[in-house]
Amino acid sequence: MFGVAIIVFRETLEAALFVGIIAAATRGLIGRSWYLTGGILAGVAGAFALASGAEHISALADGIGQDLVNAGILGVALTMLTWHCVWVSNNGQMAAADARALGTSLQDGQNRPWALMVVVAMSVLREGAETVLFVAGYAQGAGQTGMVAGAIFGALGGTAAGLLIYVGLSRVPVKKLFAVTNSLILLLAASIASQLARALSQAGLVNAWGQSLWDTSGWLRVDSPFGVVAHALAGYDPQPTGLQVAFYLLALFVMLSGSHWVQRAQTRARLDRVR
Amino acid sequence: MTRLQFAASSALISLAMIGGHSFAAEPEALLVIKDHKFEPLEVKVPAGQRVRLIVHNQDATPEEFESHDLNREKVVPAGAKVTIYIGPLKPGRYGFYGEYHEASAKGAVVAE
Repeated sequence: MFGVAIIVFRETLEAALFVGIIAAATRGLIGRSWYLTGGILAGVAGAFALASGAEHISALADGIGQDLVNAGILGVALTMLTWHCVWVSNNGQMAAADARALGTSLQDGQNRPWALMVVVAMSVLREGAETVLFVAGYAQGAGQTGMVAGAIFGALGGTAAGLLIYVGLSRVPVKKLFAVTNSLILLLAASIASQLARALSQAGLVNAWGQSLWDTSGWLRVDSPFGVVAHALAGYDPQPTGLQVAFYLLALFVMLSGSHWVQRAQTRARLDRVR
Repeated sequence: MTRLQFAASSALISLAMIGGHSFAAEPEALLVIKDHKFEPLEVKVPAGQRVRLIVHNQDATPEEFESHDLNREKVVPAGAKVTIYIGPLKPGRYGFYGEYHEASAKGAVVAE
């Protein structure tokens, strides 16, 4: 039972942290609980679908079908996160500034967070599929009740971690909330980019820069508690390949410079309107 | 087959073919999962080139092939055969394990 709990905990942890951060980032938006729940439910449904099709998928494309599906899911999540960081969060800040100036409510000015909800669905889908596969496989083998209890405990543990980060972020003063959640989302996106690089290398689609650049597992092991959190929040990998590092840095660069560029363009437009 | 299924499988096959054309015949290594253990315990591969590792799960339950040293992670459903590209590797020993049965499923890739 304990073994099952640990594994289910690890799988749900990443998705739960993700959801917790995005929930904090969308606080105050009207109807965002509906979007959040919708995203999670869509992810869960997709996870079951993916798990039930796992045997068929893994045989596709000469044994790399699963990596292709994985790369697709990561690609969608990365696109949505980039879109959010570069565009929506800027609009949010802009609208907030305008709204405060006009005295209207903060919520009226912000976009509906559907891009983030797609990311939530993707994240839940990925981790969920692995969890379903594992639990279903285990059910065929070992004792039933111990396994179910273990799975529930593990899932609760993972969810608790997500709640913990949500509560922690809720204590951040509203002025700083945008900056903090945007930074966290930035790191999540870079981490997804790094995982995308790994999926492409694993599938044999990219053959470049496949050697590990360094090994920091002497300093921080990825299966230590701190390492697990660092991996889930920022994509920490003790032995990243050159391709992973390149994707990680490229994602950071694209989002930071894209966001900066859009912000400047919007500020200029606002100033032009005033003049 | 519906049009959507056809389009999806065409896209996947095209991607696989693009991937397939980007390399010449490269060495293959076979790894079998049986009774929650890996066979062979040590997989010998040539160093310095990409290797096509085929993992065949002969158990009735899924396993997740995972390796920090190789930087690879892939679920292998029951009865399935998956392809995992590894390398190019410097000569050495690279451990892997089965995440769902860590106590018994352990092995290493030896590059020489």
